[in-house]
Amino acid sequence: MAEITVPPAAAEAEHAPPAGPLEFEIVPLKGLPIVAVIMVLLVAAIASNKLWPLTFFHVAGGAAWTIIDLFLGLVLGPIMGRMSVPARIEFTTKLMPKMVLIMPTVVTATLAAGWQLATYLGTNLTSNPLHGWVVASMIVVGVMAILALGLLEPANIAVLFELKKPRPNPVIIERLMKRFIYCSGILGIMQVATLVIMTKLSSG
Amino acid sequence: MSERKLPPFTELGMLSLALIVIGGIYLSSHIPQHVPLGLPIALLIASAALVAVNLVLLSRVPGFAWHRFFQVGKWALLAYLITAGLIEYAFLRNHLRGGPLVILTLSLLVYAVQVPALIAFTVARYDTSAGDGVDRSLAHGA
Repeated sequence: MAEITVPPAAAEAEHAPPAGPLEFEIVPLKGLPIVAVIMVLLVAAIASNKLWPLTFFHVAGGAAWTIIDLFLGLVLGPIMGRMSVPARIEFTTKLMPKMVLIMPTVVTATLAAGWQLATYLGTNLTSNPLHGWVVASMIVVGVMAILALGLLEPANIAVLFELKKPRPNPVIIERLMKRFIYCSGILGIMQVATLVIMTKLSSG
Repeated sequence: MSERKLPPFTELGMLSLALIVIGGIYLSSHIPQHVPLGLPIALLIASAALVAVNLVLLSRVPGFAWHRFFQVGKWALLAYLITAGLIEYAFLRNHLRGGPLVILTLSLLVYAVQVPALIAFTVARYDTSAGDGVDRSLAHGA
């Protein structure tokens, strides 16, 4: 029976970081005008204080936020963990720059429109029977915000800077990616609590 | 990989964020009733103090990559000032006035400084170029 052996150089290459700096943008500049348009529309929605635009931004943003967190934390994260280092690096350089723009935009739209919507509907008033659920949602979002802003976002940016170096350090990339993926997993699980609260709020 | 001894910047930064988040939720959950401001003020002061302590501790780290810290920090600051501005606009749009407005505005200021600092720190702690474009990853045993 013929044995297939991987040459040492090939095996090494599978676990080695790329030799030179990778070509990618840490912040994709082409996406900035789209973010600007969304922000202007968000301000217009808040200024108009009308039910439909506020609901649109809150529901569309919230759905995107929840699904991205769940998918990244519970589906993509474990898959990335099992990829070879070069494949993971290639995937990271394509995914993470987009996340730098998508997540802050989606989160800002969801929260700003959500607060205005709660004001419009009166659910943020202490007299409202659903007020307890709104406070519970604020607590869940608060915990998620601390994790996302303190751990996830810095790891996202730092891993991109590391990959831009002439000799990226695989230990640092591994450490930052682990932080990103574990954090995404926790946020994904917390998003289930958000789903419970939001469906309760919308069904009264 | 050998590492320099660094202060617990991320941990203190997250604690600082947690304090203003607690203060913000406390204030928001009392609307439209009168809100006792003692607790949110204390949380805000503690949060701002942690930002200051964090930066002082970091300034004592020899050879820290400040050029990278400021390079990343200034753009992150711009981004987070925009998001803080949006939240502030929502407060003003809803006629928030007086003490709660001052506390929430100052909390937003802490948020707009602390988050970019956390991002800048996480990038700069792994920086090996010392601002001259020369990669020193091997010099750090990486």
